[in-house]
Amino acid sequence: MTNEVKLEIRDMTKKYKNGDGVENINLKVNTGELVTLLGPSGCGKTTILRTIGGFLECTKGSILIDGRNIEHLPPEKRPTAMVFQSYNLWPHMTVYENMAFGLKLRKIPKAERHHQIMKMLELIKMTGMERKYPGQMSGGQQQRIAIARSLLLKPDVLLLDEPFSALDAKIRSQMREELRKIQIDLNITVVFVTHDQEEAMALSDRIVVMNKGCFEQIGTPAEIYDKPANRYVASFIGDMNFIERSDRTIAVRPECIAINSSGKEEIAGVVRAVMILGHYTEITVDTECGIIRSFVAGQDAGVFHPGQRVTLSYTKALEFLK
Amino acid sequence: MMLLSPKRWYYMMGRKKFFEFLILAVFILFFYGPLIHMFMLAFASKYEVPWVLPTKFGFEWWKYVLNQRSLVSSISLSFTIAAIVTALSLVICLPAAFVLARYDFPGRKLVMLSFLIGNAFPHLGLYTSIGIIYYKLNLMGTFLGVLLIHMLGSIMLMIWLPAGAFRSIPRQQEEAARDVGAGPVRTFFHVTLPMAWPGIAVAAMFTFIASLGENQGTLLVGLPKYRTMPVEMYGVILDYPATAGAVFALILIIPNLILLLLMRKYVGPETISKGFKMN
Repeated sequence: MTNEVKLEIRDMTKKYKNGDGVENINLKVNTGELVTLLGPSGCGKTTILRTIGGFLECTKGSILIDGRNIEHLPPEKRPTAMVFQSYNLWPHMTVYENMAFGLKLRKIPKAERHHQIMKMLELIKMTGMERKYPGQMSGGQQQRIAIARSLLLKPDVLLLDEPFSALDAKIRSQMREELRKIQIDLNITVVFVTHDQEEAMALSDRIVVMNKGCFEQIGTPAEIYDKPANRYVASFIGDMNFIERSDRTIAVRPECIAINSSGKEEIAGVVRAVMILGHYTEITVDTECGIIRSFVAGQDAGVFHPGQRVTLSYTKALEFLK
Repeated sequence: MMLLSPKRWYYMMGRKKFFEFLILAVFILFFYGPLIHMFMLAFASKYEVPWVLPTKFGFEWWKYVLNQRSLVSSISLSFTIAAIVTALSLVICLPAAFVLARYDFPGRKLVMLSFLIGNAFPHLGLYTSIGIIYYKLNLMGTFLGVLLIHMLGSIMLMIWLPAGAFRSIPRQQEEAARDVGAGPVRTFFHVTLPMAWPGIAVAAMFTFIASLGENQGTLLVGLPKYRTMPVEMYGVILDYPATAGAVFALILIIPNLILLLLMRKYVGPETISKGFKMN
């Protein structure tokens, strides 16, 4: 990752006929950086991705790659490659033909094509699958081929539109790791769209949190988690307790709530439920400020039981003015 | 002989199954009986009263039919017309189907439905009025006239089925092709068309079969110059022995059977129903 800007979106606005869309989008993505657009469905993240890919026209603004405006180019002329949620391999072509299609269009000689495809299959650990048809493979395998198909074209920017959300949890996290490794090894610039905050945290160099067509915050996963810019980001990323005060809201992560140990601003309450969630235990407590959740390490949780009177205090908190 | 007792069948299968079986058996008899009878006739070299079955089987009548010059020329004419009609229909109807599937314009549904109108009236009435137009345009008794009549019959299926096929291709499949560098035209020929191919093939098959079987229109427009097989069939029924007629009918049926067998993977309620969805 370097500090030279690969992709820049300048003052971009895309409005649909019904008034939905995104407005005044400004974003710079550095070479080799993986930036995630994160937000609930309908927040406009896919719209941004599709305008970068050339499948939607901007109403206003420009999109630059290496300083060159690509706004007027059709998708086939753009130096971007897109991976779709539903894989979108062509079902009437074999894996090999799927991967060769774009290379053929670029007039790459047959021997060179073969060499590149075989190398790519090896990279994604799918050697020997080249004669299979997409219908013969699992979802995870298909998506790997789809990513490989895009990588083969050495795009300046790789666009991924919720690529893993159709896969089951185990394969998803495995694919996530592999993608991150390949992305770092090949130093590819990636814009990744997801509604899964865990995925965004795990993968990204930077996250853009979106809501209703606007950027709420741009930052590294740690920044977003530790210093959410506003209440929306605080509630969207990770678990958060909100304690209402007259003029402000105090936001505390469940892992920062301590039970029965002195700290600032103690709150009394009654334990409502104790839930063991593997390596930690979630304890919900009824207080005058509403229900507050606390994450306690497994070995410390044994002393609590429902109905018990406790006092809560917190070690670290954020405040948002009302 | 044990198995011939209906009582035994009745108790073995249970009441409901037994009647279902009876109905099926009767249906099969009515449906395939005449067909089997025709097969038998076509290969009967010697079939005389009072014998129930032919006494000698062979290809005698096949030789006879294939030696009638007018019949053989009608066979080749029928296949030539069917091939040309199928090809022309594809060229004309596929672009229309694509537009109807992909572009939403006012009156789209009406256009789709308008193809049904040709099939909504008794054909003979339609052909009579077409005849009047044909006389004015000097199309009566011409090859082009016959082709047009044949194409008219298949327009509906030829547009509806491929339109359904085009509609069911996910847009993103095409976007993926654009994304890797294919222009709109290349995308159509490398992705859209191959993916819609099963639906198109079924439509083409129906067109071919319908053209082979078309008789009313051809009779009115094509006579006396253009006698296709079904047109000749009228004469065959009147002038030739039943055995010759059976051979001729089989020659008409066999290509249809072969086509259906080749396409059996694609011909199904799914392909057809996709075409009949209006949205």
